[in-house]
Order: sequence, then C-alpha cells, then structure tokens
Amino acid sequence: MSWLLFLSDLIVPLTFFGILLFAFMKKTPVYDHFISGAKDGFGTVMTIAPTIIGLMVAVGMLRASGALELLGNLISPVTDQMGYPTEAVPLTLMRLVSSSAATGLLLDIFERYGPDSFIGRFVSVMMSSTETVFYTMSIYFLSVKITKTRFTLAGALIANFSGVLMSLWLTYRLFP
Amino acid sequence: MILLAIVVAAFTGNIPALTNAAIESAREAVMLCITILGVLSMWTGLLTVADRAGMVKTLSRKLKPTLRYLFPELGRNHPAHEPIATNFIANILGLGWAATPSGIMAMKALQKDNPSKDTATKSMRMFMVINMSSLQLVTISVVAYRTQYGSANPSEIIGPGLIITMATTVIAVAFCKVLERFNL
Repeated sequence: MSWLLFLSDLIVPLTFFGILLFAFMKKTPVYDHFISGAKDGFGTVMTIAPTIIGLMVAVGMLRASGALELLGNLISPVTDQMGYPTEAVPLTLMRLVSSSAATGLLLDIFERYGPDSFIGRFVSVMMSSTETVFYTMSIYFLSVKITKTRFTLAGALIANFSGVLMSLWLTYRLFP
Repeated sequence: MILLAIVVAAFTGNIPALTNAAIESAREAVMLCITILGVLSMWTGLLTVADRAGMVKTLSRKLKPTLRYLFPELGRNHPAHEPIATNFIANILGLGWAATPSGIMAMKALQKDNPSKDTATKSMRMFMVINMSSLQLVTISVVAYRTQYGSANPSEIIGPGLIITMATTVIAVAFCKVLERFNL
C-alpha cells in the first residue's frame, strides 16, 4: 500500500511536467496564460474570502458554545462501535450540502487535532473523495426543471458513503 | 449556525468564550486566505495553461469510446457528448468554474430528447451520478489547508484520495448499469 504514498509525492510534479510539456509542444504562450490563470485564482480567493471568514467565525463560535460536543455525545455510542471518529460526523454530513461550510468544519478539525493526526488525515482523504451532492443535484436538475430523478440521489449517496468508508479504511491501513 | 451557537452557549454557560472564539476565528480565516491565495493561484495558473493549450479538447476526444459505453441511448454522435466530456474532464482536473456551465449544457442537450420533461432519463441519471461521485483527482485546496496548519507532509493524502475517487466513480457506474438492467 505504500506505493499510494509514493504516488502522492509524485503527482503534483508530474502534473506540472505533463501540462508544461503539452503546452510547449502546442507552442502556446505558457507564461502569459499562467499569469492570466493565476489572476483568476487570485480573484476566486478574494471572492470566497468573506465567506471563509463568516463560516470560520460561525464554526468557531459553534465549537466554543459546546454544541458540537453535545451532538458528538449523542451519536458517539454508534460511531465508536464502527471505529468512526465522532468529531468527523458533522463534517461528513455537511460535506453533502455545502462545500464552504464543510471547509469551515475541516479547518476546525485541523486546528484542534492537527492535519497529521488520525482524524486529520481521515477528513483530508474524505474531503478529496466526496462531493456536494445536494447542491449539484439542485443546480443541474433545476436547470432543466426535472423533478422526478429516478434514484439519482440514491446512487450519489451510495457512491459518497462508500467513499467515506473507504477513506476510513484506507487511513487505518496507511497511517497506523 | 451563529444563532445556534449563542443559544447553546446560554444553556451550557459558555457565553464568555464566544467573543474570543469569534475574533480568533476571524483572524485565523485571514491567515488561511493568504496561504490559499498562493497555492490556488499557482494551480489555476497551471490549469489555465493546460486549458488554453487545448488539453481539455484533446482529452475529451479520447473520452468518446467511454461515453458510448456509458450512454448507449445516445447513439454514436449525440450533441450532448461534447458538453458531457468537457464536464467530466473539467471535474477530473478540478476546474470547477468550467464544470458547471458545461454540465448545464449537457443537461439541456439531454432534455431535448426526453419524452417526459419532468422525469430524468437513464442518460441523465448516469451523467449526474458520475458527476456527483467525486471526479476531481487532486484536491489541491485540502493540500493547501494542511500546509497552513503545519502538516509535515501536506500532499500525502493525494494518493489515497485519488484511488478512492476512482473507486467511487466505478461504484456509481455499476449502480446505474444495474438499475438499467432491471429497467428502472
């Protein structure tokens, strides 16, 4: 399984190499395109910055109030049985609804336990292998006014929950 | 969330901690934005290079045979093929801004052939379930957040995330194909 960690180290440099090689072969102005793309990225961060501030404040306050612990205490009998980190439950559920709210909870976990703790690694992998199902469903189906979705939600939820379980299993396997 | 926090804090006696938490979190959020400003700009810059060099187009052409397997209803040359391919490729590369418009275009193209306009077709279901099974191979923002919080090896989660992303997509396809088998 350690080849997966090797792959982790390789993938970003390889992506750089592949894209730059492809672009040079196509004789495109690489530097100009990079600058204009980086500008877009800059703009994106600027537009999401207020959201991040708002959500992190909300999550920070929610944690200080003790609400997350209350929820945790409520469900820990079930999650402990499965070996599922209770603190990750709010994030797991929020991930399906809103990407930015999930990010707020993810950062909260990083801050409390560190990104290299078991739960920190687990939520990192989980965030990478799940999707905001409810948000995507509503946007795409609303755009063509479809109301009967014929098990689409069931399929998406099955894919996502198997992603969560595989993340948990793989984190146990890779980072004992 | 904030209202909930204040109400709960009133019950648990944590009111004094709230002000500190709010101010501390706001400060932290700005620090975080500075980190991701660098990483995200670098990444979108790189992906724009790929996009403008025609990489998305080249890759979506290679996707053609796969699309025929996934959407047998559509035949060989359906106008929905192109936006579907663009949407998948954009999602795989993590180009969120390019994924949504092409996704909506794909849905509209599929809707044209739909006999009952309020019900999803098999192709729509396949497209949506794959789309929502998480396609993005490298979630660079999570790597950036890990850097900000002092991870010794921020990128170590890319490999596992990548494998699981592929596995969930296979599960999504299998789910739809099984339903089709039973004519649901």
